[in-house]
Amino acid sequence: MKYMLMMHASGAGWKNAGIGTWPPEDIRAHIAFMKRFAEDLHRSGDLVAAEGLAGPEEAKIVRARAGGVPEITDGPFAESKEFLAGYWIVDVDSPDQAYAIAARASAAPGRGGVPINIPIEVREVMSAPPPEM
Amino acid sequence: MTGAPEPFPGEHLLRDLAPQVLGAVIRRFGDFSAAEDAVQEALIAAARQWPLEGVPDNPRGWLIHVAARRMTDHIRAELARRRREAFVVMQAPPEQQLAPAADEAAALDQDDTLILLFMCCHPALSRSSAIALTLRAVGGLTTAEIAGAFLVPEATMAQRISRAKQRVRSSGVAFRLPGSDERVERLGALLHVLYLIFNEGYATSSGPELQRTDLSNEAIRLARLVRNQMPDDGEVAGLLALMLLTDARRQARTGLEGELIPLAQQDRSLWNREAIAEGVALVTWALSRGSIGTYQLQAAIAAVHDESPRAEDTDWPQILALYGLLERMSENPMVTLNHAIALAMVQGPEAGLRRLETLDTDPRLAGHHRLDAVRAHLLEMAGDRDGAIAHYLEAAARTASIPERNYLNTRAARLRT
Repeated sequence: MKYMLMMHASGAGWKNAGIGTWPPEDIRAHIAFMKRFAEDLHRSGDLVAAEGLAGPEEAKIVRARAGGVPEITDGPFAESKEFLAGYWIVDVDSPDQAYAIAARASAAPGRGGVPINIPIEVREVMSAPPPEM
Repeated sequence: MTGAPEPFPGEHLLRDLAPQVLGAVIRRFGDFSAAEDAVQEALIAAARQWPLEGVPDNPRGWLIHVAARRMTDHIRAELARRRREAFVVMQAPPEQQLAPAADEAAALDQDDTLILLFMCCHPALSRSSAIALTLRAVGGLTTAEIAGAFLVPEATMAQRISRAKQRVRSSGVAFRLPGSDERVERLGALLHVLYLIFNEGYATSSGPELQRTDLSNEAIRLARLVRNQMPDDGEVAGLLALMLLTDARRQARTGLEGELIPLAQQDRSLWNREAIAEGVALVTWALSRGSIGTYQLQAAIAAVHDESPRAEDTDWPQILALYGLLERMSENPMVTLNHAIALAMVQGPEAGLRRLETLDTDPRLAGHHRLDAVRAHLLEMAGDRDGAIAHYLEAAARTASIPERNYLNTRAARLRT
């Protein structure tokens, strides 16, 4: 079963309280952790995909106008509480395995090496039904 | 001509020979992991060369020869590496590990295939690892093909297979059939892996489309293989029968837009009569032997459905009795769910709904969409329209399957109009 693990960053923290305010050695430790985490997931044969997303400042909202013409506005808006910062898709045998991986990501080291305990939303990727229905 | 090799008459031959060749190479060299790589390379070489140069007179000998040469190269490289690292412990010199004679007796081959299956389906492996390893080592599929079937990147599948092989190596499983003391447990694990491969193909656990036929066919092929090796085992026959009897309905199971069609509404003229006849014969034989197992019972239930000319002709009392037996043999609440449906068909929806109440406190089903879906179905039978709609929608919100969600939402929508 596949799960998407979504890391949400708070809107407020994106610029002002975020990683950019940490001492350089803490930033390096965080990056090293994330790199090792990705390598471990790959080596275990669980990783389907992983991406980090660019900041919300440059994000646009698109709606279709008449005739399917895209209408583009800035957004999401600064008052939004949370932004998707990145995601992993893993293919594992049970939800518990997905939760364990999410917990590892959540415990990434932050300022002073203290785990950031950032919330990771875990959602099952839709699949086909069992044969007997 | 260049590019990817096209399918050629030797394709099925290669797949049949893969486990035999691997067995022979492991017997000779002992290293499962390296042997598996060597055989995979030999298979790829054959898939390239045979279409151009023709299938050799002794294809099995050819493959063993090529794989053994790869193994010898591998061992030489390994020895050189160890020498460089100043290890003094030496293995047997490579001169003693020449390719086996191409005409080596084929008598061991059949056993070898079964031994390999037991090895790949070892309980020490995770489910997904066992599936991947079985498809590659016994099924002869390439890593890319397996990755494609499970919709994961090839690199991911390569890692999974390599991990699984390490696991087999480190668990120190000997290359022989399991002894009688552990035979039952090991066979159970083996059959479960084949069952999962079948379901993966039949139900497609990933992506919006139903039914990836290749995996179902592969599972049926492997089940036949086990049946050839263990012709006296009732559960092996039962599993093969269950696969055939389920697969027989494949064409009728989805509509033009890929939407799910439940059993009662399927066009039964689309069912595969040949597969049904074979499955019925198998399960009849198995049940007549008297040592009943869960695969046989599930196959027997599938057979009752498959033999009914119309949905309204279904012999529900017999299905109810079979689910009763199955419930006593397995600790699976899904069986109880199906038992409740059968009960509703025989004694009326109220009886089925009462049976469901016993499941409300089962933690294994807490919040499971199937409980809501079955309850909705029985409430609809009982004429409780609002209750049925509410539970169909609840089930739709909880399922992790797109086709099933569409089905449940449509079902609720139909009741509202």
